Amino acid sequence: MATKKFLYINRKAPHGSIYAQESLEVVLIAAAFEQDVSLAFVDDGVYQLMQNQDTAALGSKNFSPTYRALGDYEVNKIYVEQESLELRGLAKDDLMPLVYEDEDDDWAEKDSIHVVSSAELAEIIEQQDVILNF
Amino acid sequence: MKFGILVNEGPYTHQASDTAYHFTAAALRAGHEIVRVFFYHDGVNNGTRLSVPPQDDRNISERWSELAKAHDVELILCVAAAQRRGLLDEDEARRAGKDSDNMAPGFQISGLGQLIDAGIQAERLIVFGD
Repeated sequence: MATKKFLYINRKAPHGSIYAQESLEVVLIAAAFEQDVSLAFVDDGVYQLMQNQDTAALGSKNFSPTYRALGDYEVNKIYVEQESLELRGLAKDDLMPLVYEDEDDDWAEKDSIHVVSSAELAEIIEQQDVILNF
Repeated sequence: MKFGILVNEGPYTHQASDTAYHFTAAALRAGHEIVRVFFYHDGVNNGTRLSVPPQDDRNISERWSELAKAHDVELILCVAAAQRRGLLDEDEARRAGKDSDNMAPGFQISGLGQLIDAGIQAERLIVFGD
């Protein structure tokens, strides 16, 4: 099977609409297809990775712990747009730590999250074959 | 050109499903190939045969069904998204113990793998959403 570069762009807040949750479902299914997968979080999408999410008062499912499983699915290129964080008064420390074990480096634990500028993200988008916007 | 189509919004509320339809129909008229039309999120609601729009309005699900019949286009609803929203084919309705199915002709239920496969097979995957 051909390998393509897939980028999932997450633009919306995690709760309040289902886009974030169903996007994550696509990413997890897609992992079985052994494609080159990257995730980008922009605009309100950066809230999807916030630490300590609690949906109890909303009465909806808190699916945010699932992001921590991405490393086990070999999804470890996660780009967060710097400008989107800054506009919302957020920093990388506000995001949940997402890591993976690098099999090419004696299974060393590495950071999956890369904070990139809008210009850098534009270059990353440019390199993709398939882009899914959620 | 081989196109894959992803429809992420339901009928009537958002322009996305209309635009997806017009794009798909125009691409077929121009001799392009549509690998698959995949419906996700509220997009699965395009596949109901129980919608009854006013007579002076377009019938969105019927329009997709006719396109599928005329051009042998695959129309796939994501199973997980469809089950959440009450879009069921006969098998799913029976399995879930429901009293009816509501799948429009030409639509089928399948998994998200069909979306990824469309991304792999197509030269361009076009996403219609909000």
